[in-house]
Amino acid sequence: MNQRSRLSLLVVQIFILTLMVALLGRLFYLQVAAAPKYKDAALSIQSRDVINPAIRGLIVDSSGVPLALNRVGLAITVDRIALDEQSDKGVNVLARVSNLLGLAYSDVYRATRLCGELPKYDKAGCWTGSRYQPIPITKEADPEIALQIVERTFDYPGIGATPVAIRNYPGYAGVNAAHELGYVGPVTEEDLSGKNGRSYYRSETIGKTGLEYQYDSYLRGTAGIRTVIVDRKESITRESQNTKPISGNHLVTSLDVRLQSGVESALSDAVRRARASGHPADSGAAIVMDVRNGQILAMASYPTYDPNSWEKGLSVSDARALFSEKNGVPALSRPLQGMFAPASTFKSVSVVAAANAGYNLNATYNCPSEIQVGNRAFQNFDSKPLGRVSLKKGIAVSCDTLWYQIAFDEWLRDGGLNPKTNPNDYFFKAAQGFQVNKKTEIDLPSELAGRLADRTWRKNWYAENKDFYCNYKDRAKKNQLTPFLLELARENCLDGDKIRAGDAVNFSIGQGDTVITPLKLTQMYAAIANGGKIWRPSVAKAVVSKDGKILKKIDAKQLGTLPATKATLDFLHESLREVVTGGTATGAFSGFPIAISGKTGTAQVFGKNANGTLKADTSWFASYGPTQNPRYAVVMMVSQGGFGASVSGVGVRKIYETLFGVTGSKVDPAKAIFPDGRPPSTIPKISPATKVKVTP
Amino acid sequence: MSSLSSRSIYRRRSRGSVFAGFDPILTGSVAALLVIGTLLVYAATRDWYAANNLDPEYYLKRHVLNILIGLLLAWGTTIIDYRLLRAYTPIFWGLGVLGLIIVLIPGLGAEVNGAKAWIALPGGFQIQPAELAKISIIIGMSMILSERTHDSNEATSRDVLQALVVAGIPVIFILLQPDMGTVFIISASVVTIIAISGASSRWVVALLLIAVVGAFGATKAGVINSYQVNRLQSFVNPNADVQGSGYQLRQARITVGSGGFLGTGLFNGPQTNGRFVPEQQTDFIFTVAGEELGFVGSAGILLLYLIILMRAFSIARRANDPYGRLVATGITAWFAFQIFENIGMTLGLMPMTGVPLPFLSYGGSSMFATLIGFGLLQNVHARHR
Repeated sequence: MNQRSRLSLLVVQIFILTLMVALLGRLFYLQVAAAPKYKDAALSIQSRDVINPAIRGLIVDSSGVPLALNRVGLAITVDRIALDEQSDKGVNVLARVSNLLGLAYSDVYRATRLCGELPKYDKAGCWTGSRYQPIPITKEADPEIALQIVERTFDYPGIGATPVAIRNYPGYAGVNAAHELGYVGPVTEEDLSGKNGRSYYRSETIGKTGLEYQYDSYLRGTAGIRTVIVDRKESITRESQNTKPISGNHLVTSLDVRLQSGVESALSDAVRRARASGHPADSGAAIVMDVRNGQILAMASYPTYDPNSWEKGLSVSDARALFSEKNGVPALSRPLQGMFAPASTFKSVSVVAAANAGYNLNATYNCPSEIQVGNRAFQNFDSKPLGRVSLKKGIAVSCDTLWYQIAFDEWLRDGGLNPKTNPNDYFFKAAQGFQVNKKTEIDLPSELAGRLADRTWRKNWYAENKDFYCNYKDRAKKNQLTPFLLELARENCLDGDKIRAGDAVNFSIGQGDTVITPLKLTQMYAAIANGGKIWRPSVAKAVVSKDGKILKKIDAKQLGTLPATKATLDFLHESLREVVTGGTATGAFSGFPIAISGKTGTAQVFGKNANGTLKADTSWFASYGPTQNPRYAVVMMVSQGGFGASVSGVGVRKIYETLFGVTGSKVDPAKAIFPDGRPPSTIPKISPATKVKVTP
Repeated sequence: MSSLSSRSIYRRRSRGSVFAGFDPILTGSVAALLVIGTLLVYAATRDWYAANNLDPEYYLKRHVLNILIGLLLAWGTTIIDYRLLRAYTPIFWGLGVLGLIIVLIPGLGAEVNGAKAWIALPGGFQIQPAELAKISIIIGMSMILSERTHDSNEATSRDVLQALVVAGIPVIFILLQPDMGTVFIISASVVTIIAISGASSRWVVALLLIAVVGAFGATKAGVINSYQVNRLQSFVNPNADVQGSGYQLRQARITVGSGGFLGTGLFNGPQTNGRFVPEQQTDFIFTVAGEELGFVGSAGILLLYLIILMRAFSIARRANDPYGRLVATGITAWFAFQIFENIGMTLGLMPMTGVPLPFLSYGGSSMFATLIGFGLLQNVHARHR
């Protein structure tokens, strides 16, 4: 062998040695340095978690009657992965299945699209879960049809049928309570992101709103997890863990199905009556609260929807209808989300303000037909002059002008348009004492806080809107350039940051920029009734385990005390009784055998309806009863319902009739919802079979 | 006269001790790999076959049969004097080329994974002529480059050109299948043989350049078909094609990496038992070692290969004549590049090609060819003294 060959052989040998060392190095990297990463990757390839959702706990009323329970249904599910693999992306199969189930193809198509796959402006009906879980297109299939699908898997590739637990709202005693109960649905990507501080498994059904959402962690239970090791064909080779699901706990509420049902029909009656007299009556709310602890005994929102519609499979048009303006946005819960000017019901706040400002509550006050405030005349509601009246009478007949005078005087005393550095602000402070600008803190999601149009609010408002009003001619739409609006814009630009005389007098009668929810007003009147305690309203009373143990009691919580002396409250009690005996609500309560106290309210609303008509007044009636030893605060509001007394006043009377077992002018204590006059304080035994108590 | 007498001396020695000439280190290492390979093939197929209601020992049995036949061939190759073999070289070469032509004839050649690389035989057996063609090329080139028709001790350009024709004809047919992995391995071996033959170093440089330009040009001109381009691209970006060749590469890497330092233990790899790596008993056999035997076992296998290769180099170095040396070097290069290509592919260092791992992979043709190669190494070793 010559020298060159020898050298070449050595070079080749070294080269090959290098290659082998390179392999060894790479092997070291993969198996030692990066091994944890690859071990994780391998685990995610091999293991599948099969989530076995727990049985959801029941929601029951205060005597144990189920408001929400579980039922077994037959779901027809779609496997999107299998569908997408088909040459036509499953169009043909979906069409045939829709046909078989008697569903609209477009609904089924949308129901099987992930929300991200549909255009932003039109996502109604989309699937909120993931591509990898079976997507139910109905949960209540006819077993015959389901069998057809299962037997002919070849004709229906990617379609399956499986028994599922369906959340069911049985509606005993005709109860609806859709807004309070809420509904359940599949976990969405957003839910999984942990933004709301809760953690879920992908195939769980979770509470989406209402009590179902609020107490989801108790109701949902703990899902069972079965982790299996699969092979490439996804067949299971072994099981690595299997935990059994733990059923959810039950939720006992303070609601009573019979009362709830009665309140719902009283509300829809009120709406019907308002419509019969020509008002649009687009929405309403009615609430019954225990004034001694804040427990909600009934709460209704109009319009409403079928709480079972989600589980039945919401069609696209159903989903749209829930949010349509034309239908009054049934999805909105009026008691906690409807914001309305409280009108004369707010005069109770003004009484406290006047008393604190040193006005003699037992004196007489002038009630002319109008009061000149600056360059504007502010009129009585029906422009009737009443002469000098006692304050009590003034409240009973709802005189506005006497409040204008007091508010205007106080405004001047605080410095008018050039306020003192430390103004008394008796009216604003009284409202703050009633916690008008705070949430009631009810145990339901999405509550809105009221808006108290005091000095701070006005400054913030001005900072945000100054630009608009000071450039109104350029910024406003053509149809907004009316002389009145132009003048308003000019004024707003000029001194929109200040409380003007008009703002001050409007505030005293609950008009203007101050708006509150019906629930807030209920909380306020409950506080008046009970001697000044502001309770946190609550729907839930307790969480009870499957074996009947009380796991958590939701205790009453006092949020504050009204800024009123006993004398002031006593005067207020007399006045509110006078409203019913010799005031605006006398007609509504004529012949009613139990003493009730309350206040009507008829709030003017500015603006127009979609059809161009001017908005009708908000009808309010806020009350408590019995007058002596009050137990219940009852409030009804009908938006665009017209007069407070004739619409809401009568509605509230109907609620009291149900509560106390009144027929005509007779009381039958046996027919009362709570025969001893007290809502139950004990926690009932829980069984899905509990029946509604039948009153004779 | 002298040639006759020397031949008889060799015959005598070989007749006297059939196994005496065996290199114990080389033989021991190969034997160890054959045993490990048998276990790995069984581990790769047992659970999956059992789960699909097939004979779990199907591959084990066939693999052992392949090894036995291969050993017989190796033994046969060892006892015949390689210089006698040299006389029959043209016949072997011709048979190799014939096999490669048959593969391309529709109806006779079977297409697997986009390549016409197989001749189907009765009884479910298949032959891959390209595997055996490697041997034909190595011994053919060695013959031409070691024949001295002139005084010089070095191969002339004329020799080199002849050798390239000998290698080129089968390579063209393999390109037509196409089987780029084998072409790569043959090319690397050809360059190595020419370098060792003592030919001008300009030849070596020129051939390396041609190889690089050729590889680049082939990709551009579309000689490499789309499935190969896919494989090459998925090598560059393995996440691009989740279920295709990128998927295989990714799965292979995850399987090896998840084995960690000690591995999951033989027969206990969940990736292997779940069959997440396709063709695991053949081209991806090293992933089984990676997962179940861990770094310790896989590095052990690499060490065995290293011992075999280094032993083969020393055999080449000590060979008595240029022919033996070239044959030994050619086989060493073939083994080395095939090992590197296969394990490199498994570990994500090389593009994906369908090349089996010598001594470990399931597959008759490959097993026969590598064992014949081993036999040739032994042959050269036995006659160097």
